[in-house]
Amino acid sequence: MTWDVALILGIDGLANGAVYLLAGLGLVLIFSVTRVVFVPFGDIAAFAALTLAAFETGRLPATIGMVVVLTVLAVLTEVGSLVRRGETARIPKAVLGWGLLPLVPCVLAWLASRPGVPAPVHVAVAVLLVVPIAPLLSRVVFQPIADASVLVLLIVSLALHFLLSGLGLLFFGPEGSRTQPLASGSITLGDGFAVSGQVILMVSAAIVLSGLFFLVFERTVTGKALRATAVNRVGARLVGIRPARTALFAYGCASLLAGLIGVLIAPVTTMYYDSGFIIGLKAFVAAIIGGLVSYPMTAIGALAVGVVESFASFWSGALKDVIVFSLLIPVLMLRSFLMTHVDEEEEEVDQ
Amino acid sequence: MSLLRHRTLWIVAVVAALAIAPALAGNFTVSLLNDIGIGALVALGLVMLTGIGGATSFGQAAFVGIAAYATAWLTTAQGLSPWLGLLFALLLTGLSALAIGMLTLRLGGHFLPLSTIAWGLSIAMLFGNVDALGRHTGLSNIPALQVGGWSLADPRSIYYLIWGLVGLGFLFSYNLLRSRPGRAIRSLRGGAILLASVGADAYRVRLTLFVTAALYAGLAGWLYAHMNRFVSPSPFDVRASIEYLLMAVAGGLGHLAGALVGSALVLILKNGLQDVLPMLTQRAGQLEAVAFATLFILLLHFARGGLMGFVRRWTNAHARAQAPREAMAPVEPLPHRTLPDRGSPVLSVTGAVKRFGGLVAVNDVSFDVKAGEIIGLIGPNGAGKSTMFNLLTCTMPMTAGQVRFLGQDIAGLPQRQVARLGLARTFQHVKLRPHMSLIDNVALGAHSRTSSGVLKAGLRLDRSEERQILQEAQRQLDRIGLGDRAHELAGSLPLGTQRILEIARALAADPVLLVLDEPAAGLRRKEKMALGDLLRKLREEGVTILIVEHDMDFVMKLVDRLVVMNFGSKLVEGVPSAVRADERVQAAYLGSVV
Amino acid sequence: MSAMLEIGDLHVSYGQVDAVRGVSLNLEHGQIISVIGPNGAGKTTLLAAAMGLLPCKGTLRFDGEDLHGLDVEARVERGLCLVPEKRELFGELTVLDNLQLGAYAKRLRGDAMKRRLQSVYDRFPRLAERRAQRADTLSGGERQMLAVGRALMSSPRLLMLDEPSLGLAPLIVRDILAIVRKLREDGVSILLVEQNARAALESSDHGYVLETGEIALSGASQELADDPRVQATYLGGGTNDDA
Repeated sequence: MTWDVALILGIDGLANGAVYLLAGLGLVLIFSVTRVVFVPFGDIAAFAALTLAAFETGRLPATIGMVVVLTVLAVLTEVGSLVRRGETARIPKAVLGWGLLPLVPCVLAWLASRPGVPAPVHVAVAVLLVVPIAPLLSRVVFQPIADASVLVLLIVSLALHFLLSGLGLLFFGPEGSRTQPLASGSITLGDGFAVSGQVILMVSAAIVLSGLFFLVFERTVTGKALRATAVNRVGARLVGIRPARTALFAYGCASLLAGLIGVLIAPVTTMYYDSGFIIGLKAFVAAIIGGLVSYPMTAIGALAVGVVESFASFWSGALKDVIVFSLLIPVLMLRSFLMTHVDEEEEEVDQ
Repeated sequence: MSLLRHRTLWIVAVVAALAIAPALAGNFTVSLLNDIGIGALVALGLVMLTGIGGATSFGQAAFVGIAAYATAWLTTAQGLSPWLGLLFALLLTGLSALAIGMLTLRLGGHFLPLSTIAWGLSIAMLFGNVDALGRHTGLSNIPALQVGGWSLADPRSIYYLIWGLVGLGFLFSYNLLRSRPGRAIRSLRGGAILLASVGADAYRVRLTLFVTAALYAGLAGWLYAHMNRFVSPSPFDVRASIEYLLMAVAGGLGHLAGALVGSALVLILKNGLQDVLPMLTQRAGQLEAVAFATLFILLLHFARGGLMGFVRRWTNAHARAQAPREAMAPVEPLPHRTLPDRGSPVLSVTGAVKRFGGLVAVNDVSFDVKAGEIIGLIGPNGAGKSTMFNLLTCTMPMTAGQVRFLGQDIAGLPQRQVARLGLARTFQHVKLRPHMSLIDNVALGAHSRTSSGVLKAGLRLDRSEERQILQEAQRQLDRIGLGDRAHELAGSLPLGTQRILEIARALAADPVLLVLDEPAAGLRRKEKMALGDLLRKLREEGVTILIVEHDMDFVMKLVDRLVVMNFGSKLVEGVPSAVRADERVQAAYLGSVV
Repeated sequence: MSAMLEIGDLHVSYGQVDAVRGVSLNLEHGQIISVIGPNGAGKTTLLAAAMGLLPCKGTLRFDGEDLHGLDVEARVERGLCLVPEKRELFGELTVLDNLQLGAYAKRLRGDAMKRRLQSVYDRFPRLAERRAQRADTLSGGERQMLAVGRALMSSPRLLMLDEPSLGLAPLIVRDILAIVRKLREDGVSILLVEQNARAALESSDHGYVLETGEIALSGASQELADDPRVQATYLGGGTNDDA
């Protein structure tokens, strides 16, 4: 292994790590507010990628159909629960919020699938189209069981992933696709060492988005309200913050992150309807290294996973995931050792 | 009991149906039933490990794979008998589980499930990358099983072996959960401190459970290999593990029967969809996963406790306990400790200090407890009593100072060892097992007085010891006046009664010193009087009692001496009447004029 | 004019415990009333039910409006505020963030927010000093001040305080209760739940003594303070004979 090779691997690893970082942030965001490990995160990223691919080949993205179906389900669920609570006065507003709002990106997507639309618009709309997916899913699938145990929420989340990847197969078909690079060209560093524009884009996207993330949570009221809910749910309620609303915001942010990730990796990896799983898994690893609470540790974990994966794939392409996951165990042991332990009473099983 | 008959009827019906199925059903159905049986074995291990023990595992399929590959290799590459393959498979699976468990079971919180994904993935991937195991093509031509001259190659023949083993597996689990180690396993969710307070080591209990669940999966793996006569890596990856977990959750994590129900539910659903969907649509193949997942999610929306949870709620078996056991013939009681002579020192605290960062919660407190007396440790809210309590019971380490129990320095000893020395405690926030019966909760207290392990318990070789334990538990229940409610579930009791039950559990440990944490909180007047009578009676029998309490009324009429704390320090010590009249005490409780 | 807070025959149970059994009390506009009693009497449960954190049966009206069917957040929006026993601060957020979030329900922005913050800082100068610090680095007394300050940020019409003196040194308790008494001048009605009977009765107009979920005594605070039965409630020789 020469320095050149090491550098290439390292940079590649960082690029992948950047993607895992954003995914990990999304997972931690949702978990901290809702106790749900949002496995379908990767699937949403895959959908964004496949949507972009559809735009590029001049087809109408099947994602539109998915969003419409979810919208209908969400409206039905919300109206149903309002009727059951006897709050029929709020129905019109609910239909508007849950029914019309998610359809806006669908209309945009329909418009964007026409010929002659410039590439950046395609990218933007591909991202926007997947943004409603996570909030709609949360309304239909997770909100009704919001107080179930973490294990049941996790299992439902896993089932939801299978559902979404199945839908992906149904709507997008089994073929994979790769999109045009978002950034062409490359930069040369040092002794004629080239770093592709795509890699630079991925890393800078991670930096910019992390920065935005940070700003939103440190400077905006909604962001602080979300952090407050994550830190102390009762306290948040006592100042008038409704947990269901902050959960929606968290899901929406996560969807946005997933969309961005999707369009970022679409040019470098061939994306299939089930590519989401392995992305989600590695992001999950990063999130757990962060203890599902700490954003900085998640970031470090993500970058580490990316770099280790890169070097491992050089050493043995087939065994790279084995290596990554085997190395995980000592890391977990160290992490667990460093965390202060309270006597953990497990929740009782739902009866 | 109509309920008992109800459940036995069900079991008989299921067994009968399973027995005659091969004669009546077609080949496909028999194969499906075989798969269900194998799945049920793995799910059974999961119900115990995850449902009851609280450790979520995404790696059970890896253990199935280790066993399957082990026997496959031994019988093909080495040409040995499949029965040797069974031994080899179980040995290898057990040792792997032991190694993995020792590495990862101390991980807390979310780290444990993730570590199961880690090794589950790694092991599965290893299968596909090792030449000796055939890489991605796997190993084929695995010999069928032979019993005597009979070959079990036919699905209908191996059917009986599979279901026989499933039945034995259920029996083993059933016996295990109704025994000493079973009570410890069922208490894992209550936390390590609960187990330590009865002298058990939560880590060891969990490790044993983990290996047991792995062995169940290993047995399933061996059956799988000799049934299909072919192994490849794909049935043992993380997706398979997830499917086993889905089985356990869909069936009902809280019930052993959930393993069977869940396995049947998932496999029948998958197969059913494969049959039904093509009739409804052209794109059946693609819709399968979607339909399956949708139905699964709907199930969990309506029945979080799985199908068995739903059934239980519906038959309202919930509120009532499991069938009461037959009245037991009296047996030899468990051996008793000899209590120290009245007046000799039992516990002495010298200069106890506890700091949390800058906060001094306990500031140089010293006092003695002598055998046969009742001492009260009192003080207003925030005085440091609970911290002092935790220091005494070694739940928390002391920053400085000394604690001697029966002449032995116990500062720094692990809680469970102190418990075994004869110090039994209750908890301010009651730590009972809500889904266990009263008698089982109390029997947990006697954990350190006997020693049957998992194997003895599962094989039902511990019956005489178990009778002794239950007799002891019944005795304690009678003592506190709950004797006729022995089989109710602890979760249905009002808080005050739960506190009394905890005392019974502490008494079941045959303690020298009983340390009670606010036992009177939440009790009505009559209940408090009964509790006071009980404690006085215990003192007469030679048990020494230390009560941390808030309720002055209760304490005044009960104790021999009082130690009053305020702001972390000892304020006053003396007989109740003197303490009550002390102005400093009055000011501490009623508050000072500000 | 209807009472600010009207509680009639309230029953609250959680789990199997009947923590509050048939409690009735009234709080008039501009009044400070205290609910005292020993540990485990049901005081915290009473407040939690009034706030909507626990379900309850019985009459519960705030300024004439029935509270049943309103969730916690809606009650906050109407001006009912609770400073809970455990404070429930946002430990990882700064003092300033905690205070700003206190006004979440009233959607204050810009100058209005600044003015409200200043009024809280005027009352609690120490919070001003520590505004950039994380809430979990504050001392016990400062945390209590922050909890009260955060509640004040929503300009509540009725402030409920659960054991404000808990774990605090007497001098700090004195300061906090003085601030509480002054709040009355700004039109805030106060329901004070306390174990420190003497301090609570000193700071209030009317008192209720709660024992095992029921009102055992009630009367003007001055009279209760001298009543020997109050002392018995705390120190034994109890007043009730619930069989």
